[in-house]
Amino acid sequence: MKITIIASNTFREIIRDRILYNILIFAVIIICSTVLLGKLSIGEHLKIVEDMGLSAIELFGVLISIFVGISLVHKEIDKKTIYTIISKPVSRHEFILGKLTGLILIVFTNIAIMSIVLLLMSWIISGEIHMGLLMASFMIFLEMIIITSIAILFSSFSTPFLSTLFSLSIFIIGTATTDIRNLGLKASPAAKLLTDLLYYILPNLDNFDIKLQVVYSKPIEPSYIWWVTVYSILYSAVITTLTLLIFEKRDFK
Amino acid sequence: MSLVEIKNFTKEYRVGFLLKKTVAVNGLNLSIEDNEILGFLGPNGAGKTTTIKAILGIITPTSGNITIYGNTPQDIRAKSKIGFLPEQPYFYDYLTGIEFLNFYGKLFGIERGNLKKNINSLLEEVGLERAGNTQLRKYSKGMLQRIGIAQALINDPDFVILDEPMSGLDPIGRREIREIITGLKKKGKTIFFSTHILTDVEMICDRVAIINRGKLIETGDISSLTGTEDPKYDICVESPSSETLNAIKSISETISIRGNCVYFSAGEKERDEIIRNIVTKGGKIISITPVRKSLEQIFFSKIGNHS
Repeated sequence: MKITIIASNTFREIIRDRILYNILIFAVIIICSTVLLGKLSIGEHLKIVEDMGLSAIELFGVLISIFVGISLVHKEIDKKTIYTIISKPVSRHEFILGKLTGLILIVFTNIAIMSIVLLLMSWIISGEIHMGLLMASFMIFLEMIIITSIAILFSSFSTPFLSTLFSLSIFIIGTATTDIRNLGLKASPAAKLLTDLLYYILPNLDNFDIKLQVVYSKPIEPSYIWWVTVYSILYSAVITTLTLLIFEKRDFK
Repeated sequence: MSLVEIKNFTKEYRVGFLLKKTVAVNGLNLSIEDNEILGFLGPNGAGKTTTIKAILGIITPTSGNITIYGNTPQDIRAKSKIGFLPEQPYFYDYLTGIEFLNFYGKLFGIERGNLKKNINSLLEEVGLERAGNTQLRKYSKGMLQRIGIAQALINDPDFVILDEPMSGLDPIGRREIREIITGLKKKGKTIFFSTHILTDVEMICDRVAIINRGKLIETGDISSLTGTEDPKYDICVESPSSETLNAIKSISETISIRGNCVYFSAGEKERDEIIRNIVTKGGKIISITPVRKSLEQIFFSKIGNHS
């Protein structure tokens, strides 16, 4: 109950913040301008627009998750508003879970808005509604749940600058975990151990990338979607548990 | 049992890259009794806010023990009876006054209908009834302090902790805060507030605790701290005869002469002597005023001894 109160207040906070609108307007402009890029290519007009559009949604999703997520927790501590919350009958767990829920709602709303814009673009070009795009957006949303929980983990103990750096690094490495693992297959046993370790610890974000399958209308197994959903929830749950453990012990100077 | 028991509370912070140890509060013992106004006095950086944070469970003590109503500070039951105003409050400035109070009220689980009533009466009490629909970012510093106090009272707490409630306020604002605090005491609440403005403490506190460099220096009633062993009096005499003047001058100093009135300063013994002189040798006693040592003098002498 208290989690939803904090979540809705967090949602309101971001909705009333201008930064979000700047990111969102920029994202919409980028998605629309893929039309121009599509014009440059021969024949593959629609596919270019869809592929670029989905990539833009992912990129701006990451930016919102990381920048908004980190500033959200940090601002509470920096401006000491957190004192007024945790001195009330609210546990620190509820505070973090509320913030996380609010942030995930924001990310969801933004991805939904961007996806609708892309869907419209695709419809204008092809005259058909390509529902697969929504599936790809949903996968991006699942990916962002992980990114959001990682951003909140870092901001629960680190400075905003380092948190941003760490979260962005994990996102970038996370999209290449399969490559890292394959790299280890050709190397020494010690190196293989390291690459395997990285593969299992880091989030395997390339699981969430079904852009090409969607763009080229290749079939996707429903079971795959389910597994990836479960993976996203489990991975975020582990990260969030870690955040809660750290936050519980933390002193606020 | 006292409302709050602080036993041997010590808080150390590790700062900087080398994690150098600094002691914010060192072995503090303090109890807060039911229905008193306790002023927590000390210069900046003395450890006032650290102590308050420990009472609220925002930080955990390095050593020592703190109980509120017999529970730990982290206990939700204890927290539901507490109201807290932080120092230099920066609140959620994107909320309006009413939304802000609504948010905190909901965190206490106050039922919607009651909450609306509470908010209206609180806004009135702190003089913000017209600013309820204004975003906090448009509030002045004094208004923020008031909405902060309203926020601290939203759950009708038994125990109110205010960290520097008077800082940054003009004299009128400070008087209003004093009135709110004394009003709370009348309603049976306990108030613990930190400050470095001595006159505020002198005017409203039942007891003061003085802290400096992390150590508690003194606790006591205002009267026992200010009423010293050697009381002084100011005596005002109107049109004394020259005979009277000469007699008094030999035992006391003249402080000032204003018009027909002459002011003398005297200890307990000289006081009776002077009065006798005035009565027998001519002159009119206008006033005899006891001069109490101000809290400020006590404060500086105590802090001076310890630094």
